Amino acid sequence: MRGHLILRVVSKLLIPFLLLFALYVQFHGDFGPGGGFQAGVIVAAAFVLYALIFGLQAAQKIISPALLEVAVPLGVLIYAGVGVLTWSLGGNFLDYGMLDSHDPSHGQHLGILLVEAGVLMTVSSTMLLIFYAFAGRGR
Amino acid sequence: MEFLINLILLLFLSAVTVAIIGVRNLFSVVVLGGAYSFLMATLLIAMDAVDVGMTEAAVGAGVSTVLLLSALHLTKTDEAPARHSNVLAIALSVLTGLVLVYGTWDLPRYGDSENPMNTYVGADYLERSIPETTVPNVVTSVLASYRGYDTLGETVVIFTAGIGVLMLLKGRRRKEDEDGEEGRQS
Repeated sequence: MRGHLILRVVSKLLIPFLLLFALYVQFHGDFGPGGGFQAGVIVAAAFVLYALIFGLQAAQKIISPALLEVAVPLGVLIYAGVGVLTWSLGGNFLDYGMLDSHDPSHGQHLGILLVEAGVLMTVSSTMLLIFYAFAGRGR
Repeated sequence: MEFLINLILLLFLSAVTVAIIGVRNLFSVVVLGGAYSFLMATLLIAMDAVDVGMTEAAVGAGVSTVLLLSALHLTKTDEAPARHSNVLAIALSVLTGLVLVYGTWDLPRYGDSENPMNTYVGADYLERSIPETTVPNVVTSVLASYRGYDTLGETVVIFTAGIGVLMLLKGRRRKEDEDGEEGRQS
């Protein structure tokens, strides 16, 4: 997309803040509104904006579809893996208190952090992959 | 004041809905759909459901608008005129709407402290979340800790939906390419 100087400059300014906001929503989810789902969609929206302004190929150079295809199942595996880990530590499935032997509340925070990271990965990469598939068909 | 804000938002929502029904140009319909999602997100924030409002704004108004626009890029942008009279469809829609409105009469009043939501398991979560998990945001502790199974299920649903859509979109394309090659060879 040549021309459209204002759009390009504004989105260049906006995208870092979008990604920072996504990280805030992700890691502040214990204390304020937000979590993996919301952060994942915001990350995807930032990359969709980039692809709309600078073209699909430029976006695919940054995050290739092959990488996203790995990230979609990896997120689910991280989530389920936390469950299996708590099993192997002697607790129930997804019993995060087991993750820290000294203080169960630390284990809760750690477990939620890991699980939300898995959700973020699956949600953002699924959204982006679907967008890539749609946008790639037009040509 | 809150009543006034809700009233204005709901009026805007119904205006947008009527506009979506009336407009024939699909590009306008998609943009109006984005406006509907933003209004809905504002309404959800006015109802103190910030988490849901955030998701609605990002998914409904952001990503799905872009996906619908890229789908429009592949088709015509004007709705084809109806071939049959749609009186029956309108009658069925109105009837279903009336049944749903009749169903709301049995719903508990919004924000009532005697609601089942506020008396049984919900109150229990509110009491036990901080002593048991030390997570201040109860939404997060319910979502990820108490209801971890459900959230795992939701993540698997997104995963399954994603690979389903991708198989539909990508599989078709590969077949078209093969057909094109065969056509060129013969």
